[in-house]
Amino acid sequence: MRHLTQDELVLFYYREKGGLDRQQAEEHLQACDLCRRELAGLTGSLEAIASLPIPERDENYGREVWARLRPHLADKIERRWNFILPLRTWALAGSVAVLLVAAFWGGRVWEHRQTPIAASIPAPARERILMVALGDHLERAQMLLVEVMHQDAGSQVDVSQTRQLAEDLVQSNRLYRQTTLRNGDAGMANVLDELERVLLHIAHSPNEISADDLKSLQHQIASQGILFKVRVVELEAQEKQKSAGPHLPGTAL
Amino acid sequence: MEANDPAAQGLAGDQESFRVLVERHSRDIFRLAFRMTGNEHDAEDIVQETFLRAYRALHTFEARANFGTWLHRVAINCALDHLRRVKRREKELYLERVPLEDERDSLSSLPSGGPTPERLLFSVELKKKIEGAMAELTDRERAAFVLRHFDGCSIDEIGKALGMRGNAAKNAVFRAVQKLREALQPMVNS
Repeated sequence: MRHLTQDELVLFYYREKGGLDRQQAEEHLQACDLCRRELAGLTGSLEAIASLPIPERDENYGREVWARLRPHLADKIERRWNFILPLRTWALAGSVAVLLVAAFWGGRVWEHRQTPIAASIPAPARERILMVALGDHLERAQMLLVEVMHQDAGSQVDVSQTRQLAEDLVQSNRLYRQTTLRNGDAGMANVLDELERVLLHIAHSPNEISADDLKSLQHQIASQGILFKVRVVELEAQEKQKSAGPHLPGTAL
Repeated sequence: MEANDPAAQGLAGDQESFRVLVERHSRDIFRLAFRMTGNEHDAEDIVQETFLRAYRALHTFEARANFGTWLHRVAINCALDHLRRVKRREKELYLERVPLEDERDSLSSLPSGGPTPERLLFSVELKKKIEGAMAELTDRERAAFVLRHFDGCSIDEIGKALGMRGNAAKNAVFRAVQKLREALQPMVNS
């Protein structure tokens, strides 16, 4: 038999099959000094690595881990339920916000022609309403993006809940984008435009996507720095909300 | 998976059952994480992240599978993510790695008493050499090697855990062993 290759010696050492005839290899090793020395060298290296000390953890370690983990777990569960279960609530909140923004924009467009309810609200207050609604929208969008970024890439990934939420957000996002653009805030509108593309990508996905599709989506979000941009725009919205004046008496916002 | 299996109950959202799983597997996951990172603090972070991810992904756990094996796959992916984050951060900050206190003083981590100074010195040097050689492996090679060498996973299992084809997993193990052997040969053969 020819000499064993390095790879075959590794297979032999680990007792992996991988095309190696173990019996033949054993017979060859008994007869061949060179291969025996090679195997001894490999064994020595691998056993030296196995002997590397590892900091010990005593039998209470599991309890310590649980004690550290539990508060985060509760938070995680709560956040997850907040994120997934109240989709209807969110959709409702989103719809209300969209209606408010629509009323805001309607007020701006038609205030000289007629007098809708929104037009009777002073401009700074309307600005504030818009920014509050936009802030809420961006917060929901961020939670969705964070959820996608932290999704584990198994063979198939269930994104049905995320997809539903993305569908809801796409509609409102479009209105906010158009409104901010008409208000002359091109920077904010650009970020909303980028966000909309990602939301559309998610909304048009099937309920289950492959690990590769998930990675591609995560790459799209990461490479364009969308999460960061959305955070910045949210901060801008908060600033504008503050500068638009105090809370209107008698309004929920 | 039987009905009274903690994984089954954890799947149903029973925190008490999940606690049993955490307590049962924490030490194993710590060892795996330490072998992947070579750093105690990082290993602790990975242990925590592993259980958080596992809890979140319990619904993807297949009843036929072994929970420990599945959890190791989660842990290895957490460790790979961690290593990627560390590399990205180092790249971004242009920082050279500064050895941690416990790494600077390797002597302190060795058991006291017994060995002669020469042997002690040799052990310290060997430990440094092994750590250096492990650090030279790519993340995938390191993960494949740790799973094969310390966890006793077969090539097929490694492939599944790392999302690689069998041949790619086998080659990752081969490359890792080759690099480690080249680095250690002078010391081991001396």
